Amino acid sequence: MRKKPLNYVKLAFPSRSANESLARSAAAAFVSQLDPTLEELSDVRTAVSEAVTNAVVHAYPEKIGTVEMILRLFEGGVIEVVVRDKGCGIEDVPKALEPTYTTGGADRSGMGFTIMESFMGSLSVRSKPGKGTTVRMRKVINRVR
Amino acid sequence: MRIAFHTAGTSCEIALIGELDHHAAKAALSEIHARLDQTLPSSIALDMRQVTFMDSSGIALILALYKRARALDGELRLRSLSPPVKRLLTAAGMDKLLDLSA
Repeated sequence: MRKKPLNYVKLAFPSRSANESLARSAAAAFVSQLDPTLEELSDVRTAVSEAVTNAVVHAYPEKIGTVEMILRLFEGGVIEVVVRDKGCGIEDVPKALEPTYTTGGADRSGMGFTIMESFMGSLSVRSKPGKGTTVRMRKVINRVR
Repeated sequence: MRIAFHTAGTSCEIALIGELDHHAAKAALSEIHARLDQTLPSSIALDMRQVTFMDSSGIALILALYKRARALDGELRLRSLSPPVKRLLTAAGMDKLLDLSA
């Protein structure tokens, strides 16, 4: 059974690119309760930015939809970030996870998932075409201090 | 994001100021392209000292400028990379393409 989080925040916002920075700031504020290093804080900000940008760019290409972000704190300094949309979904998740693969054209580097995984340590992506995508990332903060 | 240009001969220095995310990158890149189209510099330097945040949208922007410089047999140099920006570029394998030590 999953342990109950010690603390959590749920946010829902429209998939407008201006909200990318809002999501980063909210995640950074939530993580700050663990007294993270600047590097850890920067890692979380970057990973959240990638996940939310994916929802803005790919989940709702032709319209504005709702993006949900859930931040949870578990015992042992574990931070979980879930970014969820009810957009178009990903046809081929393993392909989407490959570095430099993108359907976003020259504006996108295709490095989003690679960076999320590298900066958070743990990443899972669940998606159903037509139903939406859920990205779940975990990171241990404050391991050695 | 604000952008400052300094052109001298065939070289152009571009200073990015602010957060370089998806929201900012598209407008930033078209502003940079428009400016470079006028002067066609072969040597481009990107000053990142005042970039307060960057994600993979910035990588796409850097790649676009890298290709642009190479198309004119020129080069792209990155300047004043903060530790987070350096970490990001390294995680994306950009150290194989560009000198990240400056």
